Amino acid sequence: MDAASDIAHEAQHHHGPASGLSRWVFTTNHKDIGTLYMWFSFLMFLTGGSMALVIRAELFQPGLQLVDPGFFNQMTTMHGLIMVFGAVMPAFVGLANWLIPMMVGAPDMALPRMNNLSFWILPFAFTMLLMTLFMDGGAPNFGWTFYAPLSTQYAPPTVNYFIFGVHLMGISSIMGAINVIATIFNMRAPGMTLMKMPLFVWTWLITAFLLLAAMPVLACVVTMMLFDINFGTSFFNAAGGGDPVLFQHLFWFFGHPEVYIMILPAFGIVSQIIPTFSRKPLFGYASMVYATASIALLSFIVWAHHMFTVGMPLAGELFFMYATMLIAVPTGVKVFNWISTMFRGSLTFETPMLFAIAFIVLFTIGGFSGLMLAISPADFQYHDTYFVVAHFHYVLVPGAVFAIIAAVYYWLPKWCGRMYDERLGKIHFWWSFIGLNLTFFPMHFIGLAGMPRRIPDYALQFADFNMLASIGGFVFGFAQVFFLFIVIRCITSGEKAAANPWEGAEGLEWTLPSPAPYHSFGTPPKID
Amino acid sequence: MDTSVCRWLNAPLSRLLQAALVLSLLPQDAAAEIPLNMPVGVTDISRSVYDLHMTIFWICVAIAVVVFGVMFWSIIHHRKSKGAKAAHFHENTVVEIIWTLIPMAILIAMAIPATATLVKMYDTSDAEVDIQVTGYQWKWHYKYLDQDVEFFSNLSTPREQIENTAEKSEHYLLEVDNALVIPTGKKVRFLITSNDVIHSWWVPHLAVKKDAIPGFINESWAIVNEPGVYRGQCAELCGKDHGFMPIVVDARSPEDYQQWLLAKQEEKEQQAQQAAAATARTWTHEELMAEGEKVYARACAACHQPSGAGMPPVFPSLIKSPITTGDINAHIDIVVRGKPGTAMQAFGNQLTPAEVAAVVTYERNAWGNDTGDTVTPTDVQEHNAQ
Ligand code: HEC
Ligand SMILES: [Cu+2]
Repeated sequence: MDAASDIAHEAQHHHGPASGLSRWVFTTNHKDIGTLYMWFSFLMFLTGGSMALVIRAELFQPGLQLVDPGFFNQMTTMHGLIMVFGAVMPAFVGLANWLIPMMVGAPDMALPRMNNLSFWILPFAFTMLLMTLFMDGGAPNFGWTFYAPLSTQYAPPTVNYFIFGVHLMGISSIMGAINVIATIFNMRAPGMTLMKMPLFVWTWLITAFLLLAAMPVLACVVTMMLFDINFGTSFFNAAGGGDPVLFQHLFWFFGHPEVYIMILPAFGIVSQIIPTFSRKPLFGYASMVYATASIALLSFIVWAHHMFTVGMPLAGELFFMYATMLIAVPTGVKVFNWISTMFRGSLTFETPMLFAIAFIVLFTIGGFSGLMLAISPADFQYHDTYFVVAHFHYVLVPGAVFAIIAAVYYWLPKWCGRMYDERLGKIHFWWSFIGLNLTFFPMHFIGLAGMPRRIPDYALQFADFNMLASIGGFVFGFAQVFFLFIVIRCITSGEKAAANPWEGAEGLEWTLPSPAPYHSFGTPPKID
Repeated sequence: MDTSVCRWLNAPLSRLLQAALVLSLLPQDAAAEIPLNMPVGVTDISRSVYDLHMTIFWICVAIAVVVFGVMFWSIIHHRKSKGAKAAHFHENTVVEIIWTLIPMAILIAMAIPATATLVKMYDTSDAEVDIQVTGYQWKWHYKYLDQDVEFFSNLSTPREQIENTAEKSEHYLLEVDNALVIPTGKKVRFLITSNDVIHSWWVPHLAVKKDAIPGFINESWAIVNEPGVYRGQCAELCGKDHGFMPIVVDARSPEDYQQWLLAKQEEKEQQAQQAAAATARTWTHEELMAEGEKVYARACAACHQPSGAGMPPVFPSLIKSPITTGDINAHIDIVVRGKPGTAMQAFGNQLTPAEVAAVVTYERNAWGNDTGDTVTPTDVQEHNAQ
């Protein structure tokens, strides 16, 4: 507590935030930028979510009711792009901004101006992407995986905006990743060795390297598209000597690490929350770090498991099957560690803990279906069906999204100095939990029964489960509006929070007062 | 609050178990009504795939029971409200090694049968029937190599059913005008490719799903054990009507198949004669317009829309367009030869000269184009001969 008041005192000598709009436009403060990222991400989450609801509304019954198939394809494409690049990734970068400096005892991110730039690129990138909805030919309609030649020769002209949008997002992510790496390597308080870092910091460090390796490949592949479309090259056009499958190899060489980019920081968050509410140190800290690193390495040699049906040679098929199955081992280690942390702890179930526990259970279910998908001969039946849709929504929604929500509830008292309403938080949890399972669980069945993904209309035997999924989708969607209400209520009129509102929480961020002062750790804390 | 937490948290587990029960215990015919699981299918391969699927599923269920069991045990018994005091262990090398090795062993056990099945699936040698399957935006083309039989297979569900103005039939969206007929008990090899974008040819009961990639040919095969009609769909997003290009495989006994082949060859000769007759006879402008409207609705409206307005700029409007109101030869040319590298495919091998003449006449006079032109089948033939 002494250290905390010291720092609060010290903060008064520094300048505080500027006032008005310029505070946000010109800010180089990691907390401000973190806040910007979080709000931006939430805005995108609602935007992408409303597109999902358009999809679910159309699929409520067989037959075409609300939108035509062309627009339906625009919705699936934009929903995917916005959720991946606009909601999940910026949320994690926002959390990194808020938390990493406080967790390693640094005064700010290592490269604050670049930090400002990497955020402010995003609104432009997404405005550009969203504008295409109102242009001739409509928005991109080739799926978030944008396979050539559908996305090149056969694409609407707005594909060029899409390409520039992706470039901007990529630049933003790469700058964010450089900043995280520079901060972690250079700005740790004396005595904070790598193996003393909180797991959230570790998982983000590894994620940042994944970003650095994967995003340039994405930039590469969209540039090749740009050339094919506008400058007469034939990278992906068989008639000109190119190869459409090359596109898929490049895309998934980015795409598979990308899915770990969206889940590793979530592992980190859960590894912070579970020990706190179990009142017991994390089980197997070192093995958690090694498991994360091996998942990251493996993620570069499994990409073609998204392509089992393109007609790879048998040897390739086998290699990618085995490598993919192997990922189950380090992932299993993580789950076992979390459960061992809970085992013989002293558990309480505040909202962050509820989300974290649901994360473990539901992410594991998503992991199981992932293991099934790895079995290449069986994947011939699962591939491009709703079974895959169920799988990746189980790892992304109760995986990435639940972890982000858990993180918001967990650190919100630190960010704004006020507590959320525990009762409302629990309602939000159960409401989301039910809505989510109602939406995505039936998709396993319709997928196995033969419903392909990305279709606006379907055969009659899929009708019941589709209706259920649509109802669930709306239940889940409105729960997130309720979340917005809870957060705003907390910020404006929540009860004052103590420096450490959680009995079992450990870490440097909890030694700061709540709300955390605008400038923290001007002098590095002592670590024993 | 706390007791309800544990009750509620049990939900996913019981849900999983329920699903497991539903999947395994439901009698086959009940399962046929509301399908919940992968079909066992009608080939030896599809059965092995189904067995792999169920094996890995039960392995997952078993692991889930153990892992979630421990978790819920902690949630119920190690809660602070029950006075649980936290232990302080946070490492145990032996345990950690064990739970790395056991999953490894399970995975290896799983990889062996999966490899065996995959090797079988990849053995495309010694096929008795070869069929080339070509994906088009948004229909399939089947060509029986060495048999001189080929045809397009289009969705046959009427537009009204899709637009909800007529009641939906039993095989809504899973029915076609010309099914792919294959013999039972023979190794049929599919040579799969595409004319435009990537499609994927998938028939669940055959456990065959292979991407149709422009410029490349993929192979797959099936030996169907039971005669019957098996339905599937295109599985790779291929543009606007991706959801409307089903696949119907009609497996018949070898004798019936032979008969069908003969009938098909006869039909082809008849069609050729009819086409020749249609080309030779003289058509009135009105006849061409009436025929053209039909052809247009069947072959062109998906992109250029019934109103002719298209969906610009992707599918151009044909109303007062430079080609539909300009040079007749350019108009015939784009219909017959298409425009390579765009969605405008070559219709020369899909339509007879009379049909081309009709549709071109129709386009030049419908929707206020009013050129007054009449294009005859002979015009089209002359154009083709150039
Ligand atoms: C799969 C979609 C598709 C179908 C089906 C289709 N077209 Fe087209 N059509 C196109 C596209 C795309 C273009 C534009 C090609 C280009 O880039 O110039 C086009 C162009 C045309 C043009 C030239 C228009 C202009 O003025 O530039 C005509 C005429 C035409 N189509 C006639 C037909 C006819 C007749 C049929 C049916 C027999 C048909 N199309 C079926 C996609 C389609
Ligand atoms: Cu298709």
